[in-house]
Amino acid sequence: MATAANKSTAPAPHDVDLLIEEYGYDDHFHEHHEGDKYQSNFFTTYIFSQDHKMIARQFLITGMFWAVIGGLMSLVFRLQLGFPEESLAWLRPLLGKWITINAETGVGTLAPEFYYALVTMHGTIIVFFVLTAGLSGTFSNLLIPLMVGARDMASPFLNMLSYWFFFLAGVVMFFSLFLNTGPFAGGWTAYPPLSALPQASSGSAGGMTLWLISLTFFVVSVLLGGINYITTILNLRTKGMNMWRLPLPIWAFFVTAVLGLLSFPVLVSGFFLLIFDRTLGTSFFLNEIFIGGQALDYVGGSPILYQHLFWFLGHPEVYIIILPAMGIVSEVLSVHSRKPIFGYKAMVYSILAIGFLSFIVWAHHMFMSGVNPFISNFFVVFTLIIAVPSAVKVFNWITTIYGGNIRYTSAALFGVGFVSMFISGGLTGIFLGNSAIDIQMHDTYFVVAHFHIVMGVAAFFGMFAGVYHWFPKMFGRFMNETLGKIHFWGTLIGAYAIFWPMHYLGMAGVPRRYYRFDNFDTFSHFSAMNQFITIAAVLVFAVQVVFIVNFFRSIWFGRKMTTRNPYGANTLEWTTPVDVPHGNWPGKIPTVQRWAYDYAKAGEENISQIIPLAEGEHDQGH
Amino acid sequence: MNVAATTDGTMQAGRNRIHPHKFALYVACGSIIMLFTAFTSAYIVRQAAGNWLEFRLPDLFFVNTGVILLSSLVLQGSYWSFKRGKKEAYRGLLTLAFLLGITFLVFQFKAWQAMAGIGVMLDGNPSGSFIYLISGVHAAHVLGGIAAMLMALIHAFMLPVKATARRTLRFELVLIYWHFVGFLWLYLLGFFVVSAG
Repeated sequence: MATAANKSTAPAPHDVDLLIEEYGYDDHFHEHHEGDKYQSNFFTTYIFSQDHKMIARQFLITGMFWAVIGGLMSLVFRLQLGFPEESLAWLRPLLGKWITINAETGVGTLAPEFYYALVTMHGTIIVFFVLTAGLSGTFSNLLIPLMVGARDMASPFLNMLSYWFFFLAGVVMFFSLFLNTGPFAGGWTAYPPLSALPQASSGSAGGMTLWLISLTFFVVSVLLGGINYITTILNLRTKGMNMWRLPLPIWAFFVTAVLGLLSFPVLVSGFFLLIFDRTLGTSFFLNEIFIGGQALDYVGGSPILYQHLFWFLGHPEVYIIILPAMGIVSEVLSVHSRKPIFGYKAMVYSILAIGFLSFIVWAHHMFMSGVNPFISNFFVVFTLIIAVPSAVKVFNWITTIYGGNIRYTSAALFGVGFVSMFISGGLTGIFLGNSAIDIQMHDTYFVVAHFHIVMGVAAFFGMFAGVYHWFPKMFGRFMNETLGKIHFWGTLIGAYAIFWPMHYLGMAGVPRRYYRFDNFDTFSHFSAMNQFITIAAVLVFAVQVVFIVNFFRSIWFGRKMTTRNPYGANTLEWTTPVDVPHGNWPGKIPTVQRWAYDYAKAGEENISQIIPLAEGEHDQGH
Repeated sequence: MNVAATTDGTMQAGRNRIHPHKFALYVACGSIIMLFTAFTSAYIVRQAAGNWLEFRLPDLFFVNTGVILLSSLVLQGSYWSFKRGKKEAYRGLLTLAFLLGITFLVFQFKAWQAMAGIGVMLDGNPSGSFIYLISGVHAAHVLGGIAAMLMALIHAFMLPVKATARRTLRFELVLIYWHFVGFLWLYLLGFFVVSAG
């Protein structure tokens, strides 16, 4: 791997210290941190750490834990869908009474209620714990202070609390898996009445209560994190780091945090109403309802109101998931193709446009809920307009790597894979965004295929690109590239093998969330396809084991990072020492002299952000 | 204040006009506004669906608006006294603002009792449920402000009265939040009155 080659006018890499000494400014940080109060013992270093880099690692590893749980759940329900006749008795030691054994034949079957619980938990865990906390939590924490040139977050204490609220949310959700009545089973969207009436289904009682408690903790975590990210980006940028010099991941994290702060409180308002309906007898979401022939005394509520409140979060949430991945991929593709990002400003405006539009499209999740068709038109139009900034971004990623001197590292491959997934999944969004086509497609496997590719797999690809790229910054060592490439190709091919066939299922009208299809003759010819999907899912999970082994092995045994800027990248995180201390820079804070994407400029392969502009040189960040 | 802080609150040569902690509080207030915007939007949507019981809001809600706005003014007075080093006025007014805050909560509780007294119950028509819920969640935010004022009181009586940058900032954070929950109540009550027609 080539190192930074600033040959003629610019100083060599080892002169970074000299540059920081000459142009940096002294904030007297280290005079105030004698003995380093944040990292004085094991607990304050590794557990209740207030250092953003440690908190980032905590988010990442916790996110990985949940990814494994959520992934294993999907395997169990895929086994049910692909091989409904096969005995699952071998899963009984793990799943206990959720596998019912036929006394005569000895065949073990997955309890239908638990199938729904698995689908619900898979969605909740992957959407919130993995792709929100694990992705945005990890990289916002790691990169914001390092890339904007700050010692740490605006409030390290609140930042620590943010992680521990997330952890607590996880503990509560984990407990709910072991309830006698099972975890919540009414879908990750938790629509009433299943979520509002404790007697509605087995998971609606204790499972739903714990789900609500867990998600409330989770929202607190997101808000504490988001407040910090926004404040740090706006207030703690180093000298010279104006907004147009921010690296694109920072722009993405910024808009992500704003979306979270504006949309999660709306979800909380829905939760409040739901909790009141569940426990205090109010009728916000409940109308005349009979359960088991018994009339309940709820009157006048509207379950559609919950859907509005939920999707007012729910739609921005998918951008909360995908924007950080977009930001990471922009950086990774630029660095590894040794070219400036194409259309930096267009990228920023696209992020802002996507962020804005994400708030006025929520009802496209509700076309079939009986909303007025004229109102649907409004949401169709804005939904389709999102394709414009999305297409701008895709165009810019492709033009960034076009003609570049691409290094086919695992990070770069996952970056390209992200673009591929985003295109494939994005195109089907244009179908679903049309309310007329949605009449046929809604609640089918077409929807499952669409959102898994565009915001599930794509976001995972962005996350993997980030992990491979910044692993040396996190752990001082590199991940194994061969295993990384096996991981990439296995995941790319496998993910398409899982989700591509689902489009056909969906177009034929196969509904999602069904426990089995044997009773529907019209779907019987899809059983081979379902088997194929299940086998692909098992293989993709196996490839993720390769990643996990590579990850943990590399922490201790990976190739050591010996130079501070192994990729020849321009951003500030690569000006810190190999072993990054608390406060990030041992002496002065570097100041920023130029934008982040001076690659292949003036005969140089790359020019770091801390190198002053040459006389008469134009800074492209302005 | 043309200085900015490093992460532990110590001052550094200023480039930022606003202290990060203060800015973080503004952002948090924005988030709280979204919470109540969602509540009031849900109220409007539900009200438009009909089957909506109309009733007179308890008078105590209006009295209480005066209580919390007065509390805001008194706290502002305490802050000015603190800045000028007037120890007695600072401590006295802070205590008064704190007591007015407690009074607000007690009166809100009495107002809920008054609503129940005229038959508007929490589990009755949603028009009443919304008032209980929204004013209840607001009261929870007020309680947070009272906790912050309690900390300020402890500082006021335990520490020597000296307007250091750090203590001024802390006081300002309490002050901003307290004004915020006061005006939030003003908005909510105004909303209740206007939407009831």
